[in-house]
Amino acid sequence: MPQPNAADATATSNPGESGKTATPHRNVGRTLPANLAEQEALTRAQQGDHQAFAYLYSLHKRRIYSLCLRMVNNVAEAEDLTQEAFLQLHRKIATFRGDSAFSTWLHRLAVNVVLMHLRKKGIPVTSLDEAMEPTHEDGPGKSFGAPDLSLIGSIDRLTLEKAVADLPAGYRLVFILHDVEGYEHNEIATMLECSIGNSKSQLHKARLRLRESLHSVVRLEARR
Amino acid sequence: MTTEHTQPDPQACHEFQDQLPELIGSGQPLGDHPHVQTCENCRALIRDLETIAEAARQLLQTEESEQEESSGDGLWERIDSAIKAEEGASAKGSQRE
Ligand SMILES: [Zn+2]
Repeated sequence: MPQPNAADATATSNPGESGKTATPHRNVGRTLPANLAEQEALTRAQQGDHQAFAYLYSLHKRRIYSLCLRMVNNVAEAEDLTQEAFLQLHRKIATFRGDSAFSTWLHRLAVNVVLMHLRKKGIPVTSLDEAMEPTHEDGPGKSFGAPDLSLIGSIDRLTLEKAVADLPAGYRLVFILHDVEGYEHNEIATMLECSIGNSKSQLHKARLRLRESLHSVVRLEARR
Repeated sequence: MTTEHTQPDPQACHEFQDQLPELIGSGQPLGDHPHVQTCENCRALIRDLETIAEAARQLLQTEESEQEESSGDGLWERIDSAIKAEEGASAKGSQRE
């Protein structure tokens, strides 16, 4: 099986992406040779080639695991869900027809695995506003005070990851799907079975929450 | 002309911030909004929200550009044996028919 070679990276466009709605930051950095290798692996895996499937796993495991981990916040669960996602992929791979990019299709499959798991656990991912609306006391408030320290240039990756992990589940899902994974509100509304307005409002509240917690980190650092 | 620091009017901020989820979701540039032009408070809010969204986008890009970890892959072994177990079960099932 050909291996992707970073030194050969000549293109970042993904031929399978052309018909997709604007989700500009998904699949960024996929190289052309890797795409060709992936296409070949995909065809072979669809015919039952086990090694080709293993190669597809090696290409996508990291992204799928990270997605699961962010959504459930638990390493053991994220591993189980990654396993389940790839098992489902194995069952369904022959049905992939190339209407979207393979990575987009696989991601959607993984998101569905995670959402199903969260629903089974009784974590509300539908009717977000009724279920996840925090009380006025602990919800993200409006901003009326004089602006204090700006967040520009002061958010590092770990701080953001930590703040995202601390979000309530409903906010976290919408934030991850929209801002990290690059899904559009209409896609999120379909996945979470909520309205588009609901998705927009959850995203906004998630960002407000993050702003509050990131500001408190910035203030703490400034005092040091 | 209108971007000087002014004391925010809480009522105007309240009304503007109520519309923010829709305004942001519509993808229109917010800098042209009359309230934003006169309110440093809401300008700072929008700057922060944009910074957060941009930082989130970069989470994925950093992830994709990172090298594979060199540790063994126990997860693949689990998936591999689960696949083989499923294949074994379906082979047995079709033998029985
Ligand atoms: Zn204002």
